[in-house]
Amino acid sequence: MTPTTLETFAGLLRTRSGLVIGADKDYLLQSRLAPILKAHGLRDLDALAARLRAPASEKIADEIVEAMTTNETLFFRDGTPFAHLRTHALPRLHAARAPGVALRIWSAAASSGQEAYSIGITSLELAELRNRAIEIVGTDIAREPLARAREGLYSQFEMQRGVPMQMLVKYFRKDPAGWRIDQKLRAMVQFREWNLLGDLRPLGQFDIVFCRNVLIYFDQPTKTRVLAAIARQIAPDGVLYLGGAETVLGVSDRFVAVPGERGAYALATADTHTARAPALAR
Amino acid sequence: MSDRSCLVVDDSRVVRKVARRILEEHGFAVEEAADGQQALDSCHQRMPDCILLDWNMPVMNGLEFLQALRKEYGPDNPTVLFCTTETEMSFIEQAIENGAQEFIMKPFNEEILLGKFAQVGLL
Repeated sequence: MTPTTLETFAGLLRTRSGLVIGADKDYLLQSRLAPILKAHGLRDLDALAARLRAPASEKIADEIVEAMTTNETLFFRDGTPFAHLRTHALPRLHAARAPGVALRIWSAAASSGQEAYSIGITSLELAELRNRAIEIVGTDIAREPLARAREGLYSQFEMQRGVPMQMLVKYFRKDPAGWRIDQKLRAMVQFREWNLLGDLRPLGQFDIVFCRNVLIYFDQPTKTRVLAAIARQIAPDGVLYLGGAETVLGVSDRFVAVPGERGAYALATADTHTARAPALAR
Repeated sequence: MSDRSCLVVDDSRVVRKVARRILEEHGFAVEEAADGQQALDSCHQRMPDCILLDWNMPVMNGLEFLQALRKEYGPDNPTVLFCTTETEMSFIEQAIENGAQEFIMKPFNEEILLGKFAQVGLL
């Protein structure tokens, strides 16, 4: 792959999705874009880059962005956030909201939907939330995984990665093509194609935001920008969950870590700028 | 020395071998049984911490074994994970009703096996 080819892909991905691709990500481009080369009968990445620079390349640009931003996901990934959601965030926010007001939860990199449905299962398992409306919004920049998320149909392999037996019986139905999400759970979640770098305001305000394993792909200014945009969409007493390898430290002063809870963050208040952690966030 | 033990019950020697390899690599001492009766005899001699249990086996099938085990030793110990080609919901419901803690559908791989062991607190 020539430096010009790398620059072509890096520029496209950076502009369209915020994804940062360095020269060390050669293998990632090779493996993720191989199906596109095959589908278009192109020889190699240099040929694909040339096609991208040619007129009328919008469709192929979409395909490249989609292939590079689609990430593997699984049900109840890294159990910790779901435990915190069950034992702290949902009970606290439920108690804080007036009856009849829905709790809104955002899965900001929903991919094929496993995280959004895991959030739904967690809330359905909480008896105290029985009369609380829960709205879950799953967004992703990639169209194809979102179509799978909407379908709510998973292979035996995908379903076994993370779904405990008790949850399987309650929230899935056997289907000739795999395992289908139960209708009640499906109805709790809406999926929308959305770019995190775009205007987030139309999505409305959320009580809880899951934005895990997304920031790691962005450069520092983009991380700061995305966290600031999320801060504007989250309720003052809301909770943000980031991935285990992500942090707000040195990136954003809009959020502070919830003490003792890896990956959970609360909005910073005037107080927290004097280093007092918000006890209410737990 | 391994501090946890697992009894792998399956009439397929290949499945027992694959499961043994994965579990031994993760610190389990593994015993094997080829049917439910052999498994029950093994439990009488030394009770394992957990049992990986096939459903369809000659002599005594997995469900019959589980029922006998729970009747004799109570509902909670050892931890039992079914591991079977039976994937209909009715089988999973029967497994739950009879005291299994997890259900693995064949074919399985290392990630699924270890993930299920982690789910029930064995890893």
